[in-house]
Amino acid sequence: MLDLTNKLVLALGERDGIPAPAIGACAEAAGGRVVYDVTQCFV
Amino acid sequence: MGWAGNPTLTTSAGSIPVAGRGHRPVVRAARFALAHVPGLVVAGSKPRRELAREGAALRKSLRAHLRDFETAVAYPPHQVMLGNLPPEALWDRPRPWHGTPITGARAEGPAGLLLDEATFHAWLVRGDAAKLLSLANDYAAALEPRLAGPRVATIAAAGVAAAVAAGAEPIYASPDRLIGALAAGHEADESLTGAVLLENLAAKVTGAVALRRLLDEVAPDEPADFLLGSGEEAVGDRYQRGGGNLAKAMGELAGLRGAGGADVKAFCAGPVHALILAGALVESGLYRRVIVVGGGSLAKLGMKFRGHLAAGYPILEDVLTGVAIDVAADDGRSPRLRLDAAATLRLGDGDAPHQVAQALTVAPLRRLGWRLSDVDRFAVELHNPDITEPAGSGNVPAHNYRLLAALAVQAGEIDRAGMAGFERAHGLPGFSPTQGHIASAVAYLSHAIAGLTEGALRRVQLVAKGSLFLGRMTTTGDGASVVLERNER
Repeated sequence: MLDLTNKLVLALGERDGIPAPAIGACAEAAGGRVVYDVTQCFV
Repeated sequence: MGWAGNPTLTTSAGSIPVAGRGHRPVVRAARFALAHVPGLVVAGSKPRRELAREGAALRKSLRAHLRDFETAVAYPPHQVMLGNLPPEALWDRPRPWHGTPITGARAEGPAGLLLDEATFHAWLVRGDAAKLLSLANDYAAALEPRLAGPRVATIAAAGVAAAVAAGAEPIYASPDRLIGALAAGHEADESLTGAVLLENLAAKVTGAVALRRLLDEVAPDEPADFLLGSGEEAVGDRYQRGGGNLAKAMGELAGLRGAGGADVKAFCAGPVHALILAGALVESGLYRRVIVVGGGSLAKLGMKFRGHLAAGYPILEDVLTGVAIDVAADDGRSPRLRLDAAATLRLGDGDAPHQVAQALTVAPLRRLGWRLSDVDRFAVELHNPDITEPAGSGNVPAHNYRLLAALAVQAGEIDRAGMAGFERAHGLPGFSPTQGHIASAVAYLSHAIAGLTEGALRRVQLVAKGSLFLGRMTTTGDGASVVLERNER
């Protein structure tokens, strides 16, 4: 499993894929600190 | 198609044409107006920003990748939009689809028409209520046969260039052929710059052309009571940015006299929200005929052009698309708009894709005791994958269908092995221009109506999503869905 302890995380999500809050939750579960998260729409 | 005169006069008495008791709403028809505007690609948001940074070399590259009108007409996804080709015909057609043009293709069909650029310019002249548009002398003269009446200010070519240098928005017929300019509506109003006005005018005329087409072809003697605008533009001034009601401006240009109007704003989900509201207005008995309209999005022209250049494709985002959808009291034939199967994404539903699909697709079906397999076709985000994939955005409808298939597995409707076949059994290939509110489910409407009346379809669910978070006022998204059902009356 990915260990993100002491890592800062930029979570860039996509509406029709994985939204940023979900990426952020996974990153935090892996020990990271989410400093920026944004969900984008690419269409 | 007539453009001047030929007004549709209402026979309704009073300011609110009350229909009396409620009627079950049906969706009678949908018409699309596509405008092939390669010269306006440079005015799209992305190309405009990139050209400002990179200049002449990029402009040259863009020009080399623009399509001519005949090529745009023969483009298979456009033929699907016009109703000349069923969407399913794209499944087995070799991609990219521009490599297999349709021989003998026509620029109109049962679902609408595709305007060439000069005809679109003539509509700009007609739609320019504030008389801010000027055309170069020689171009205006060449346009005269298409204008047939309306007058436009003309100036020498040097005058056009001077107007642009003074801040007017340039209008090109190709990236290098300056044919006119649109002046700002106010000397210091950021909501009325020439660029903003061109965006709004483009939306107005494409919506009005779609509306006029619908009025000419569907119940031409029947008054339209109300127009619901559902496009992506923001019409207004410094004191009311996005004030709206472009619906009435479209109606005026289309020759209507008896209709009122207002706009519904919900990003790309606007048209499906508006469809539900239109149905409710008919069902309540307030109106008998409500037309949902939406104009094309100039800002989205060339949005993925970098990917197209890299792939050696033509610039595929060179069309504006307007829509008009006719919602009326039950005629005993047209597909019913099942308001009891309508859904909107509520604040607590969640924004993860599976939560959105659950709320918009599964929950309204369950409410009526239906399974996913009771819906013949799900019309989701129908973006043309040839446009999105070269830019790294993937095949959007395929992603949506994979998720629905997973939910069908979860519900025990199909086994995992059945997931692969779900897309073809219940889905559609993406064929819509990336004009967000058009691609968001309603692009399929004309085919859905044909399939639910003359074909073998029994139910179609329209599922639209809107990215509210892009406006920076919320982190949440939006969506709306509704079911169309064969009329068994």
